[in-house]
Amino acid sequence: MKYTEEHEWLRADGDVYVVGITTHATEQLGDLVFVELPDVGDTVSKGDEIVVIESVKAASDILAPIDGEITAVNEALVEDPSLANSDATGAGWFFKIKASDASQLDETMDEAAYNAMIA
Amino acid sequence: MADPKQTPLHALHLSLGAKMVPFAGYDMPVQYPLGVMKEHLHTRAKAGLFDVSHMGQVIVKGASFEAAASGLEALVPVDILGLGENRQRYGFFTNDAGGIEDDLMFANRGDHLFVVVNAACKAADIAHMKSALGPDLTVTEITDRALIALQGPSAEAALSSFDGRAAEMRFMDVATLSLNGVEVWVSRSGYTGEDGYEISVPNDAVEDVAKALLAHPDVEAIGLGARDSLRLEGGLCLYGHDIDASTTPVEGALNWAIQKVRRTGGDRAGDFPGAEKILDQMANGAQRKRVGLSPEGRAPMREGVELFASEDATAPIGQITSGGFGPTVGEPVAMGYVTTEHASIGTTVYGELRGKRQPLTVAKMPFTPANFKR
Repeated sequence: MKYTEEHEWLRADGDVYVVGITTHATEQLGDLVFVELPDVGDTVSKGDEIVVIESVKAASDILAPIDGEITAVNEALVEDPSLANSDATGAGWFFKIKASDASQLDETMDEAAYNAMIA
Repeated sequence: MADPKQTPLHALHLSLGAKMVPFAGYDMPVQYPLGVMKEHLHTRAKAGLFDVSHMGQVIVKGASFEAAASGLEALVPVDILGLGENRQRYGFFTNDAGGIEDDLMFANRGDHLFVVVNAACKAADIAHMKSALGPDLTVTEITDRALIALQGPSAEAALSSFDGRAAEMRFMDVATLSLNGVEVWVSRSGYTGEDGYEISVPNDAVEDVAKALLAHPDVEAIGLGARDSLRLEGGLCLYGHDIDASTTPVEGALNWAIQKVRRTGGDRAGDFPGAEKILDQMANGAQRKRVGLSPEGRAPMREGVELFASEDATAPIGQITSGGFGPTVGEPVAMGYVTTEHASIGTTVYGELRGKRQPLTVAKMPFTPANFKR
């Protein structure tokens, strides 16, 4: 699993990456009540605001962690945003993205580096 | 800015694992490990204990209750003289333009008035009362007592396990009870839309009292986050947001709090700040009104979102003053001001959210049924 400074995780799944937000992020945000995901087929660039999430406290944007094409989105999360709180790195995934420039993964952190960042 | 003040329950909040935030000059618990959503639902299902010691507690005293009541009536458009002994009522301080300077609760405690005001306004409120009430009345801030609220359907059972008289109180009754051997001043009221109590406890006893209440299996500590979502579902105003110095009681849909005796034709009509404006609006209507709003879909619409009459109208007709997700109703809820022609229940208006116009329906408040023990 790879991590970004924006508290996203990326997990390789065949030729795509599954993306979500970390348990640490969901703890900080509080209970999620609304998730708006991109459309399958969207081409996105690293840093684009592609997901809107709302917790009981506030709205936040989730940025595309890498350039690529959205190949799947988690409709179950739209129906039940609390999945991101109960299972941030499993059932609470946000979208799958096919990387157009795999070298961008070099800029992500491993788990030890991420844990050091949030410590 | 000075370091935030601490309530007498500060150490307890920390030991319970609360997340603390600055609020109205105090370091206050916004949530506990349970989280805002579960704290909210627990309060509606069982009972929640809230620290509201940041609020101002004030005693107004004169030669008699009537003297104190008559004095305070000059500052609020509410019937205080007619308030029975051991009864409490809601009111607001108005200004000369008819705006609301703060909202408050006051109780007839026999020989004096016990007043509770908002934390952010308490210094101004106390100064206002001291300067306006004249030399025959004393205005004393109570700084040696904390204030806690026990709210929810299990509140009666939890409090009456310490003093059975709690169960005999009706909504808005006040009484002096004994809790853990300590004299407490109790009102059957709150800020959640649920049955419950607000309890004034001596500072040096409040931690033990809070721990004793939390030891009841149905009682959990609840933070300011859930307090806000509970009061929003309950349709209750948050001062500084839903009402303020620029909104009148009529605009704020608070006419119900102005009793007949203070209205045009009443025995003590007028004689409060802004009476001309407020009584004129009561007779002829106001340009805008506070309403409940149900956003369509799941996206919450929060304070500051501008409201429009249609998807393409250019001039706003109002804005949201409180909004968020309602855990009990399971969908977003909001309140705000709209021009009076758009204020009827069922009217569709549009809020601008992230550059898109999203429909909302003007809705009846409260969003959740009030469970008061009348």
